[in-house]
Order: sequence, then structure tokens, then C-alpha cells
Amino acid sequence: MIPSIPRSSAAKFTYAAYIFVFFVYLFAPLIAVSVFAFNDSQFPSLPWRGFTLDWFLSSAGRTGVGRTGLFFDNGLMSSIGTSTKVAIIVTLISVTVGTTNAFLLERMNFRGRGILYVVMLWPLVIPGVILGVSILQFMSTIANGLEDFFNIRIDFMRPGLPLVIAGQFSFIATIATLIISARLRKFDIELEEAALNLGASHWMAIWTVTLPFLRPSMIGAGIISILMSFENFNTTLMLVGSDAPITIRVFTAMRDGVSPVINALSLVMMFAMATLAIGLMFTGGSKDQGK
Amino acid sequence: MTEIGSSDLGATPAKLPTSVRRQPGVARLWFYLLLLPPVLWLGLLIILPHIQLFILSLKEKVAPRVYTYGLDNYIGFFNEPLYWMTLLRTATISILATALTLVIAFPVAYYIAKMLRGRTKNLIFVLALLPFWVSELVRTLGWIMLLRETGIISNTLLSLGLIPERVELLGNDAAIITGLVYTSMLFMVVPLINSLDSLDDSLIEAAYDLGGKGVAILREIIIPHAMPGIVAGSIVVFMLTLGNIVTPAFLGGKNSIWFTDQIYQKFIVRFNWEQGSAFGFLLLITSSLVVWLGLKLTRQSLAKTIT
Repeated sequence: MIPSIPRSSAAKFTYAAYIFVFFVYLFAPLIAVSVFAFNDSQFPSLPWRGFTLDWFLSSAGRTGVGRTGLFFDNGLMSSIGTSTKVAIIVTLISVTVGTTNAFLLERMNFRGRGILYVVMLWPLVIPGVILGVSILQFMSTIANGLEDFFNIRIDFMRPGLPLVIAGQFSFIATIATLIISARLRKFDIELEEAALNLGASHWMAIWTVTLPFLRPSMIGAGIISILMSFENFNTTLMLVGSDAPITIRVFTAMRDGVSPVINALSLVMMFAMATLAIGLMFTGGSKDQGK
Repeated sequence: MTEIGSSDLGATPAKLPTSVRRQPGVARLWFYLLLLPPVLWLGLLIILPHIQLFILSLKEKVAPRVYTYGLDNYIGFFNEPLYWMTLLRTATISILATALTLVIAFPVAYYIAKMLRGRTKNLIFVLALLPFWVSELVRTLGWIMLLRETGIISNTLLSLGLIPERVELLGNDAAIITGLVYTSMLFMVVPLINSLDSLDDSLIEAAYDLGGKGVAILREIIIPHAMPGIVAGSIVVFMLTLGNIVTPAFLGGKNSIWFTDQIYQKFIVRFNWEQGSAFGFLLLITSSLVVWLGLKLTRQSLAKTIT
């Protein structure tokens, strides 16, 4: 059961084989996606018709006939841009609110702190679809009310990127708060007091002592926010307007029937996400959370 | 509301920075400034929208722009077998997928936590997590590539002579479960490893020295110790499975509607928000009930389980 307990070599082999099969299962779908990005065929399926980079680099489709590679597909490229924009905004707000929440939860002692903490966890146990529809109908109701009574049009409360940002922020903020709070909990308050005793103002002490201490967790929370925002589908689907982020675009494309361009896009996304995830491991920002 | 403002020094926590302790008025201002973001966030994006969702679910349309309140949307759900059967099916398959994820993940988590050491352990752990940083859509696309009639598994079986002609493996419940288990794996493996890591090897050795057999050790020592991880993992996996859209949509067939898809249909396609809200609430209740039951039965708290 553990290495120090003797076991038959057959049992050891079976166990190791199981782990091997498990890893084959983990990586098989990803390898399948990657391989078909290079198949010289209209469809991402067997038989193998030879190696090509068309699904990344071909610009023939622009003239009307032929293939359009990922980097020349205006629709896909613009939705990558949309996702990037959304991810950056969601991340900036989430990390900022996460940081102020950390100070509130770790530095302030007030009645209702326990309740606030529990309520902050709610967004993680509410299904993403429900977060989406609840925000959708709430904002629309307000917008309708304002339109009916005051005759003001408020477009940002209608399905579209502002609502997508709000929906993603509503649960990513929880994750940022958890990560940054965990780090602030480990901060030795005497360091800040030393700075105050040496004549620093309150702001100066936080800016030069506390925030640098929090930086790894803020970067970690930022990377996780970017990843989660980029990959969010369930909440985004309910709130999206005419500008589709990449997950929505891929969803629609997959519904219409898969094309190798989507495989090419997937491969690029895999590399981008893996790079971010590995970057996250180096910051160690999420370690404090114990997740 | 707050104890911060009280000028009694003894009552304020020692944790507060010196300057704050000296100036109760400033501290109070700081407190309200820090309280503002979470109040706006939770109030405008979580609490009020859910209250409004509940109110909307009670609304009944009697004529264009004329509404009354009642339970019709909920009654409609229970009167139409298609609706409640879908929720029942979704919940049943979710429980099945959760159990399967646990059974598959446990030996892997145990192997990583107990059989491996040092750098190999870290490497295998990271390797097990890596696929889950990839978008769910990409992972589902991978399963389409594997399972479709012209896909890899079908062709491999054909060329090995195991089947007479290509088979379509997509579009059934087994395919949905395969995808759901795959998508959920990370959320099971990580809490399991965390809980197994803290199990002292000497306990297992002692049990062995006292004559305990493998199954007995597993049942009496390992599983009880891993219980918090098992509960945490199962709760999260069940929740995510129940709320999943992508996997059932692409791996399931025409007859395997997921309940989330019903909600999507009501809101986005049919524009029947009142009924959709009722459906949303029923999903929320089902999900919360299972989370709550899981926590109650094992006497754990939400905060501990999630963080």
C-alpha cells in the first residue's frame, strides 16, 4: 500500500499500469485535437491525408476559394481580441477588489464579518448558468424600468460585453479574494508598524511594505483570473451580445460542424494556457490558498 | 454595525495598524471604503439578481404586459414530464458521473500522494493538472475526435479487425459520462491528494504489522482519513456536472437533453424568462440541496470545503 510495505511484483505492476493508462486517458483527447490541426483534409478526422500548415497559415480563403487559416480568419482573430479585452478588464477589477477585500477581511474586526465571508463564497457554489441568467434578467429589468419611467436608454445593461465582464467578475472576484487574503494573513503586522514608527504615513507603509509582500499573490490571482475569464463559457453564454468572445465563437463553430481551423485554434490556446499555468507555478501565488 | 469606531482601545483588535488605532474616525472611514466594493459586488451581482430571479419565477403572464403572481411556472414544470424527467435524468447522470470520477481518481490520487516522493511526485502532479488548464470546449473537441464514427477509436478498432465496420460512439449517455468524468477529474484529484498527503505512513505500517489486509486497511484507515477530500471533491464535481452545458451538448445525442440546455432554451431561444427563472431556481435548489446534504452528513463547513 505504501512503498515500505512489501507487495507482490504483479500488484506493483498492475498499479503502475493503471496510472499509465490514466495518463493516456488524460492526454489522448488533447493529442487528438493537436494532430488533426495538421491534417491536409477538409475535416478533422481520419484518414490522414498528409501534413499541412494550411489551417494556421493559409490565406487562400480570402480570395473566395480555398482554405482560411487561423491567423487569417478575421472572425476568430477578432474574438480572440474580444476575449483578451474582457480578460484584462475582469482581471484588473477582480485583483483590485480582491486586494481591498483582503484588507477588509484580515484587518478589520466587525460584526457580520463571518456572514460576509460566507456570502463571498456563494458565487462558487452557484452554477455558472444561474449566475448568468440572474444577472441577465436583473439588469434587463432595471434597464426596462429606467426606459419606461425616465425614458433613458442604458445599453450597457443589455446583453453585451459589459454584462459578460460583470458576470465573470461576480465569481472570479471570490477566487482573487481567497488567494490574496490567504497571503495577507501571513503578513507580520510589525513590519508595517516599523515603517510607521520610522515616520512613514499610513499610505506609504502599505505601498512600500504591505503591497510588495502581497505582490506574488496578486500576480497569481491575476493569472488565474485571466485563465478563468478566457475559458469561461457557461456564464458568458447567457450574457453575450453581438461581440462574441472566443469560447462562444468556438461553440457556434463546433455546432455548425467542426473544421480543422478550430483544431488549430485549440492548439494555439493550449500553448497559451499552458504557458500561463506554468508561469503561475513559478509565482507560487496560489500556494497559500492550499488548493 | 461596527465595532471599529468605538474609541475603547481595549476593544479594537491588536492587529490594526497603529495609525488606525489612534484615529477612530479615520478607521471608520477606511472601514466603509473597504466595505463598499464587496457590498456593490455581492449586492448588485449576486443577492439582488437572485431575489429578482425568484420574483420573476412567480410571475405569470395573463395578457400582453399584464402579469399576476403565483406558482404556475413551477406547477408547469411538474406537470410536463419532459421537464422534470430532464432534471431527474440530469441529476441521476451527475451522481453517476461523480461516483465514477471518485472511483477512477482515488487510486491515482493515492499513488501520487503516497507512492511517489520528491521531484517525481511534483512532476506527476503537475502533469495530472496540466490538461485542465485547457478550455472545456477544447477538451470536448478532443473527445469528438476520438469518439466520432470517422474518429480515432472507431478506426483503430476497425484496423485491428475487432469490429466489422466503423461505429459511431458519440450521441449516447456513455459518451456524456465519459466526457463529464474527464472534465471533472481535476476537481476530484486535487482535494483527494490534499487529504491523503496528511495521512501518516506509520498508521498504514502499524495496521499492516498488526495483520491488517489491504482491503481492511483501505476501509478502516485510508478512506476515513481521506473523507474530507472525498466530500469536497464529490460536491464540487457534482455541482459542475449538474451545471455543465458543453459536454452534454456535443457528446450527447438528440434525446439526451441536459437541464441547463432547457434553461438556455427558455431564456435565449424562446424568450420565456418567467418559466426559465423557475427552471433556474429549481436547478439552484437541486444543486444547493446536494451540497448542503453532503456537508451535513459529513459535518463539514462550506468555507473549509471550498478553500
